[in-house]
Amino acid sequence: MKKLLLALATTTAVIGFAAAAGAQEKAKICFVYVGSKTDGGWTQAHDIGRQQVEKELGDKVETQFLENVPEGPDAERAIERLARSGCGLIFTTSFGFMDATVKIAQKFPDVKFEHATGYKTAPNVATYNSRFYEGRYIQGQIAAKMSQKGVAGYIASFPIPEVVMGINSFVIGARSVNPDFKIKVVWANTWFDPGKEADAAKALIDQGVDILTQHTDTTAPMQVAAERGIKAFGQASDMIAAGPQTQLTAIVDTWGAYYVKRAQAFLDGKWETTSSWDGLKDGILTMAPYTNMPDDVKAMAEATEAKIKSGELKPFTGPLNKQDGAAWLKEGESSDDATLLGMNFYVEGVDDKLPQ
Amino acid sequence: MRIELERRPKVSALFSILSPFIAFALTIVFGGIMFALLGKNPVAALYSFFVEPLSEVWSLHELAIKAAPLILIGVGLSVCFRSNNWNIGAEGQFIMGAIAGSILPVVFYDWQSPLMLPLMLVLGMIGGALFAAIPAFLKAHMNTNEILTSLMLVYVAQLFLDWLVRGPWRNPEGMNFPETRTFGADAILPEMLASGRTHWGFAFAIIAALAVWFMMRYTLRGFEITVLGQSERAGRFAGFSSRKMIWFSMLFSGALAGLAGISEVSGAIQQLRPVISPGYGFTAIIVAFLGRLNPLGIIAAGLVLALTYLGGEAAQLSIGVSDKVTRVFQGLLLFFVLSCDTLIHYRIRLVRERFAALKTDEAH
Repeated sequence: MKKLLLALATTTAVIGFAAAAGAQEKAKICFVYVGSKTDGGWTQAHDIGRQQVEKELGDKVETQFLENVPEGPDAERAIERLARSGCGLIFTTSFGFMDATVKIAQKFPDVKFEHATGYKTAPNVATYNSRFYEGRYIQGQIAAKMSQKGVAGYIASFPIPEVVMGINSFVIGARSVNPDFKIKVVWANTWFDPGKEADAAKALIDQGVDILTQHTDTTAPMQVAAERGIKAFGQASDMIAAGPQTQLTAIVDTWGAYYVKRAQAFLDGKWETTSSWDGLKDGILTMAPYTNMPDDVKAMAEATEAKIKSGELKPFTGPLNKQDGAAWLKEGESSDDATLLGMNFYVEGVDDKLPQ
Repeated sequence: MRIELERRPKVSALFSILSPFIAFALTIVFGGIMFALLGKNPVAALYSFFVEPLSEVWSLHELAIKAAPLILIGVGLSVCFRSNNWNIGAEGQFIMGAIAGSILPVVFYDWQSPLMLPLMLVLGMIGGALFAAIPAFLKAHMNTNEILTSLMLVYVAQLFLDWLVRGPWRNPEGMNFPETRTFGADAILPEMLASGRTHWGFAFAIIAALAVWFMMRYTLRGFEITVLGQSERAGRFAGFSSRKMIWFSMLFSGALAGLAGISEVSGAIQQLRPVISPGYGFTAIIVAFLGRLNPLGIIAAGLVLALTYLGGEAAQLSIGVSDKVTRVFQGLLLFFVLSCDTLIHYRIRLVRERFAALKTDEAH
């Protein structure tokens, strides 16, 4: 009780302070992060996007964020806090925030929400995602060129469609160059755990892979690859600093362009719910510089990137078989998005049993 | 020269009451200095920590939600600690309670009945108690150290939950994500008031605290707990069995932790996930000691700790400090409270070791 009184005594001063500072008309754009904004991977990429919004629309908007928000009841509270603190547009940047976002959105119909990588929308909830698999196709091609043994190691997080899609795209890319190419998969069952990811990397290298790629967030696998003298691909952020002699390229999440576009629409009063799934051509993901590879491989990678951007090449195009050899796509036939978004099978060439 | 903690011959009644306030004042001062060094307005920072979360109704509800499991577990632990049984594994009992209580809504998800919820709560308590029975059995009959066994069993529970939600209990409609089905309407612990999200878990916590307070103060059982905790030998002369007390205190605290687990899952999360607790079982140990093992004190301590979590979030937004800074501030508060409490019972004495000093001189 005394605590309350003590604090109340200081309140009057603060309210005056807050009122003076509160004399602005800027729109508030807010972000909820699952990790730390300096994680070097997933969350950092979102925070760079947030900074881009500040830079480009800085005179009209103000941004705020909450970091290290655990998925679950804490997320609901964090999102509600933002909604109540006057945020007009809130980006929730982890799949696990989906139900919390939808729940709070019902309570605050005037606030707009955007949820990354989910599938539930509402009049005031949009979803957005990035076609990461386009980058993985390019990586697969590079891997097939660079690998002497014809086997790559893949550190995967959870067996959800998003991740399975990435594995398949990598294999399809690799086998377009070397039809006998194989990959080995280790499920780390985490997005962010340097220890587990490093262990997975070591296990894969011990099994004889000479190229490493990851669908987890830390630079630990890159560091292990550097120590063991093999090549690797970065994930979510450019990880060249962790492996200057190691990184071939990285899929870099560049959410900024999307964030700016949506914030602008919000300012103009033209925001509408969508399920956006942009790719390389829209700039929502970019490839880090192609390094540590011969010029001909680099030229191939750049050519593939250009073809994907122009729409000439779609990674999931037949003829393609499923893992057991059953036909999936006919010659020239491309997969529709719905199949990709619910993907729960491997294509030919994956040396792993999909956890079901 | 070295520093020694020496037990005070008499505990000052005045300082026993003043100690939390002194600790709070010290936290304010040092926290204020820290915020000032970071270039933030210390008054604004402290305001967002301690006042902002209390100034709105929704936020008070969130406070109750966050405090409920801490209080419920802490109250159970106080019985254990008072009787000199060191159950460190409440986190595991919390998880096993949640799992046992979730059997009905996950496995028999078609079943709809008003009996669902009461049965879940009972199963949750049984689950937590049974899991606590393992270290209780090992201590009572094999004389093992319950600190070690109960702590190690936490990892067993965590990994068991992890296996369940990735394996047999995974939601078949959940896009392969590691989580169970969401609970049906009958399986959800309802909200207590129309004004916010607080569910009945908070009421359970308060009722449990009052009941334990009554038991400790007015019943023979309470007397037995205190006597056996302070002197096992004296307890034996009074005809109390320390073996029975091991069983009672461990099962009791396990049942409350299990109830906290199923309440949290049913009231707040509404499905099982690989991780359902941000360490409530461990934080509750701090809460129990912060409340001086007194059930009413534990209510206050649980609320204070919950307040620092909420305040930490508010401070991130209103003054833009990082999540790390708010944790440091939380640490400051705990440090001062616990050290002030220590200094009620002990005093610091500087012991000059002239003899030792002479010896080192000679060695040179």
